[in-house]
Amino acid sequence: MTIDQSRSTRREVDRNRLTPAPPTESYLGMPAFPKGVKSELGNQQLRRNLRHATTTIRGKRAMRQAEVHNWQEMRTAAEQIKNRVGRHLDHYLIQAEEKMTAAGITVHWARDAEEANRIVVDITKSKNTDEVVKIKSMATQETDLNEALEEAGIAAWETDLAELIVQMGHDKPSHILVPAIHRNRSEVREIFLDEMGNWGAPAPADISDDPPELANAARLHLREKFLRAEVGISGGNFIVADTGSLVIVESEGNGRMCLTLPETLISVVGIEKLVPTFDDLEVFLRLLPRSSTGERMNPYTSIWTGVTEGDGPQDLHVVLLDNGRTKVLEDPVGREALRCIRCSACMNVCPVYERVGGHAYGSVYPGPIGSILTPQLRGVSSPIDQSLPFASSLCGACDEVCPVKIPISDILVHMRHKVVEYKKGKRPIPTGERVLFKGLGWMMAKGNRLAGAQTFTKTAGKLFKRKQYIGPIPIPGYAANWTNARDIPMPPAQTFRDWWAEREDTK
Amino acid sequence: MAPGDGKTVALFATCINDTMFPSTPKAVVQVLERLGCKVVFPKSQSCCGQMLTNTGYYDEAIPSVRNYVKTFDEYDYIVGPSGSCIGAVRHQHPMIARHAKDEGLETATEDIVQRTYDFSEFLVDVLGVEDVGAYFPHRVTFHPTCHSMRIAKVGDKPQRLLRAVRGITLLELPQADQCCGFGGTFSVKNPDVSVAMGTDKARNAASTGAEYLVAGDNACLMHIGGILNRGNTGVQRIHLAEILANTEEGATL
Repeated sequence: MTIDQSRSTRREVDRNRLTPAPPTESYLGMPAFPKGVKSELGNQQLRRNLRHATTTIRGKRAMRQAEVHNWQEMRTAAEQIKNRVGRHLDHYLIQAEEKMTAAGITVHWARDAEEANRIVVDITKSKNTDEVVKIKSMATQETDLNEALEEAGIAAWETDLAELIVQMGHDKPSHILVPAIHRNRSEVREIFLDEMGNWGAPAPADISDDPPELANAARLHLREKFLRAEVGISGGNFIVADTGSLVIVESEGNGRMCLTLPETLISVVGIEKLVPTFDDLEVFLRLLPRSSTGERMNPYTSIWTGVTEGDGPQDLHVVLLDNGRTKVLEDPVGREALRCIRCSACMNVCPVYERVGGHAYGSVYPGPIGSILTPQLRGVSSPIDQSLPFASSLCGACDEVCPVKIPISDILVHMRHKVVEYKKGKRPIPTGERVLFKGLGWMMAKGNRLAGAQTFTKTAGKLFKRKQYIGPIPIPGYAANWTNARDIPMPPAQTFRDWWAEREDTK
Repeated sequence: MAPGDGKTVALFATCINDTMFPSTPKAVVQVLERLGCKVVFPKSQSCCGQMLTNTGYYDEAIPSVRNYVKTFDEYDYIVGPSGSCIGAVRHQHPMIARHAKDEGLETATEDIVQRTYDFSEFLVDVLGVEDVGAYFPHRVTFHPTCHSMRIAKVGDKPQRLLRAVRGITLLELPQADQCCGFGGTFSVKNPDVSVAMGTDKARNAASTGAEYLVAGDNACLMHIGGILNRGNTGVQRIHLAEILANTEEGATL
């Protein structure tokens, strides 16, 4: 996906649409990761934005972790609580449904994205309104709810500041916590100037790129939408099963506006978001802000348990979303990814993410967690999903910071195996790579086979003994991929095992 | 009495060092013998299988795991000069054995990983030495390598060994704990990102003014060194073992 760099590409307003049109490419139609990163890598502005943002937040997270003396014990507690939820998911889901229903919430069950979107559209339509305000929510991005609402004649307005920038910029989010991480303030100014007036209160014509001025423009633009909206839509960070309470943590307060002003509130929540009790919630409320924004505590924590008469929304709905999660739960290795609390620490610390940003991951979940979660939720049949488990150098930095101890590197390797097995099943005639690795496997089965193969490297070493390094090799594939930018040492004429044998002989 | 007296060490050279960087296992032999160990090189050894496992070829990795167990089972100390290969043995061999549904192999791998050491760990933890009598009057900067840090978990042992080397000037590598971008087959499956990461690592290494970039893994060094060489930076790559093997009296081998 390319990012518009010049204002001359400013678009005409599409009068057939209620909200700014997102990019037309569908995630699944995106190229495999190694191809998708090319434009990002060539964009120094983007790389600088990402480097600055990820380095800052990484440092803050490390500082906040260091303050907590029992951090590792808390991680273990979080891991065990989430594992318990996974093991007894049926029990906790039914308990949560009973408690929420008793508190006056209407609970809906959605098998997949389509079902979830239909439920939300139907509820909204029944309220005779043509717009909704939204809290930043990963679940509704996963289901592409905004476009489903648009098709049904309902405008969905993102109210999180960064999500607003993304929506107004006809863009896609590139990070789960700071979705406009790839934009700098002059780009934000241009987006606000060009777009806000098309969809509501315009930005002041003389607006500068000073962040407080930009925030103020967003505030004025959003205010009329908050005050007008009759339906709010949210996700949910946690549902406490034994009380039926929903929990949302945020930084801006815009979420609080959506949760309290409209008459109707619909929350779309993944079924893995349960915690058994309030005591369990404590562990996560301590881990999450420190891991995500590097704060001791997030500014706004909203907890609500059903309807309170005369205070806040009077019609509450919760849509419990599966959308592939039970399938993930079936896999004893891959299921550990379901512990994810969407903190984004893994992407902030990831050296690959830092250089390419989130768009090339072809999913609402970028970075290391996306590379293991997306191909599990969607399967591994498309080129992008097949490439995601390989979009990592397996450096393990993510494993260290994950607050719920997801062994991300191990699951990446596990998913690579799944991709290889899928391809074996699909194509009985082996590809070049399969032949190569079959050969390598055979060769490494015995020392004398490796010794035999070394004849080739030794011959090269003897023939070109004056050359220390080999430069570019113009044979497409792995050889060119390595040598296009890196020299490779000339193999030596004598291997270690030959040297050893010679030494033993002369003893 | 020398620290290694009475200890027989089976050297796991690793396939890449055996084939491409024989000076590294030679240096290991030199240091271990200097410290009194008896070193053996079982020639049936091949590869840890990591490149197969990490590319998703589990079935194809099984023979490497079997061969490792068969080759090294009789030894109390198995030592290799690579945090990555040693990490793969310890972290992945039992998993591959489970994949093979071979309980005997699984038990054998779980047992053998207890006796498998990275070179720096063996020196510091088993032999109890940090000063191995080395002399290296050069400016060097140390890259800790991800798998040494996070999978083999060798901690600061390589740095402790380096600090005890006479004549050495250790220069701090900026952003040392960030990955160099090698990542095994990542380097050729995602060459653009790999090179972007490697270029940053090479630039950081060159910025220190060091003559040598040192690490405990030749695969990472091959990648960073390939970029350093293409750019004519003048920074040489060197394995930790080769610095430790160097003495004022010169090489003994």
